[in-house]
Amino acid sequence: MAHAAAHDAHDDADHKPGFFTRWFFSTNHKDIGTLYLLFAIMAGIVGGALSGLIRWELAEPGIQIFAENSSINLLGLIEQTKHGYNVVVTAHALVMIFFMVMPAMIGGFGNWFVPLMIGAPDMAFPRMNNISFWLLVAAWVLLLASMFVDGGPGRGFGGGWTIYPPLSTSGHTGPSMDLAIFSLHLAGASSILGAINFITTIFNMRAPGMTLHRMPLFVWSILVTVFLLLLSLPVLAGAITMLLTDRNFGTAFFDPAGGGDPVMFQHLFWFFGHPEVYILILPGFGIISHIVSTFSRKPVFGYLAMAYAMVAIGFVGFIVWAHHMYTVGMGINLRAYFVAATMVIAVPTGVKIFSWIATMWGGSISFKTPMLWAMGFIFLFTVGGVTGVVLANAGIDYSLHDTYYVVAHFHYVLSLGAVFAIFAGFFYWFEKIWGVKYNEFLGALQFWVMFVGVNLVFFPQHFLGLQGMPRRYVDYPDAFTLWNQVSTWGYVITAAGVGIFLVTMLEAAIRRRKAEANPWGEGATTLEWTLSSPPPFHQFNELPVIKPDHH
Amino acid sequence: MLPVAPSDAPRPSAGRNARLGLICGAVFFGMVGVSFASVPLYRAFCQLTGFDGTVRKADAAPGKVLDKTLTIRFDANVRNLPWSFAPEQVSQEVKIGDTGLAFYKVTNNGKTPLTAQATYNVVPESAGLYFQKLECFCFTDQTIQPGETKEFPVVYFVDPKFAEDFETKGTPEVTLSYTFFPSNAGSAQAPLGGTAEARL
Repeated sequence: MAHAAAHDAHDDADHKPGFFTRWFFSTNHKDIGTLYLLFAIMAGIVGGALSGLIRWELAEPGIQIFAENSSINLLGLIEQTKHGYNVVVTAHALVMIFFMVMPAMIGGFGNWFVPLMIGAPDMAFPRMNNISFWLLVAAWVLLLASMFVDGGPGRGFGGGWTIYPPLSTSGHTGPSMDLAIFSLHLAGASSILGAINFITTIFNMRAPGMTLHRMPLFVWSILVTVFLLLLSLPVLAGAITMLLTDRNFGTAFFDPAGGGDPVMFQHLFWFFGHPEVYILILPGFGIISHIVSTFSRKPVFGYLAMAYAMVAIGFVGFIVWAHHMYTVGMGINLRAYFVAATMVIAVPTGVKIFSWIATMWGGSISFKTPMLWAMGFIFLFTVGGVTGVVLANAGIDYSLHDTYYVVAHFHYVLSLGAVFAIFAGFFYWFEKIWGVKYNEFLGALQFWVMFVGVNLVFFPQHFLGLQGMPRRYVDYPDAFTLWNQVSTWGYVITAAGVGIFLVTMLEAAIRRRKAEANPWGEGATTLEWTLSSPPPFHQFNELPVIKPDHH
Repeated sequence: MLPVAPSDAPRPSAGRNARLGLICGAVFFGMVGVSFASVPLYRAFCQLTGFDGTVRKADAAPGKVLDKTLTIRFDANVRNLPWSFAPEQVSQEVKIGDTGLAFYKVTNNGKTPLTAQATYNVVPESAGLYFQKLECFCFTDQTIQPGETKEFPVVYFVDPKFAEDFETKGTPEVTLSYTFFPSNAGSAQAPLGGTAEARL
């Protein structure tokens, strides 16, 4: 190509800038993806430590850790009061959602592999990509700061990640909530800029021959996800801005004394919040499709159905939000609508689950680490999906609302579903990203330890919820002791699994076994496997041409 | 969302990317606008449909009066005001469709004139659609001098359709509840510290 030849003189594919310029002013999609992944690992460890405090406290009835006279000293990092427990619960959720899962899935894997898979040299707006990442860092600093300043009832904001007023307005008068709002503003701005970048990249920068219907499913999943981000995040931004003015500037959007309505916040929040949970899981769907297909050595079963199932999930995800708030006193007709609409989502989700199984059916399956994680994902996500259909029923939700049953449900789909998908993708693309091989034994060991661990953490929580244990409480009656203890032991096992993960990273970094361009053989058909591992600093100077038989 | 760019087209220029980026930016600001527009829309929706027990204001009583009677119960609350506020009747029996008249009495026990706004609701929520008021002190801000006692009439009726809707037709009683909040609008009111002090 003449175009590429003209640039050859100064476009040496592997010319990398110096350390500071490369990692701090980075405009390279792969470097930014790596930064996002490292950030997500860091945030995941922080969020995991916070959940450790929760499980530690709940290991026994009574208040042990979050009591002023506790024999455990948290070094003043967290206030050791009941309020401190609420702060930890709130921070755990916000950290995991906005700073672990989203950066890993969209910022990390999305940045790394969307351009590679569609045959593009980079993202459409490389500098904006850099801004997205550093806005997220700023948001992270604000969120941490919010944990260390006065909240009103104590240090930090303890009103839950849903930040419902009046607890987040008149209930928390200190600056902590304001900092948390700013943190969400910045994290939202970061995601919006990222979303715009992905939409432009996917629509404008596909290689010749790559029509939308020939795009890999991971790219489809990111495309649907970023559309959800673009449409839902502004509503959260609006809602928390109203919260901010209610708190500081005397408006009364959510204050009944001034003619406002606190329930309106819940509507706005969940109009964002429900698409948000699909934002967390959809990229995982894309990753799992690739892995199942690669390790079964078969093309994905029902490619178009898989792509449009994600579109359908994304679309229906916008019209089911009130199933999070059945108990606010909705009329029976409204509840009936939201029950029906919510259950409809089980249809496209079922299409995906069955298509994954059909892809494996008759395939030549190899149980490598990524495939273990992917099959673990399918199992755990299905369990979470089934309890989701249970909770979709307004009548049942009336008694299970805000119990541990709900906690178990959303951890099965997110903590286990999304996180297993992230680990699956991490090991699937490990060689591609880092240029070295991981130890297969350690990878498989981590999978089995974590699979046992997370099931021990969350399966008993179904029982606790059905017995009526409410969520977000620091203490519980003696009757709930057994399953809480099992759950805490599960946490210890899961934490050991995370330890094995860090050892795996370390072992790979020390041994530095040379990576292959395509370690998975003929099953791995997408474009990233045609490049070296790690790919050159600038790829696709010669654009690949995609032929119709690609899928 | 289907093929936007024929992908055999020449390499996209920066202009094409910028245009799509700007469209996305416009969508972003549009959605922020929608979330703020939801405030008046939500209010209009509630007032139009009586959703969630919002009581509606009517201009004229319905012509039709049914033979069925309904018990209306009255409730009164005060928040952050040194006022006593109570209904003068616990309940009333009215025929569905007939106009009822009830009285509320409010006294300012504080030392300063205070302006307040009453908010209102009915239970069960599904009755909000049919419970309508012709005259009410809750339509405007009320200012009461220190030590003064005022009596407020409420003229209301229950729409005859109440007896037809499957959600409400078996309901034997409806509770009308008011809460007086310090008014945000009146700048003449006592400073916040003053009301807080007087709160008993």
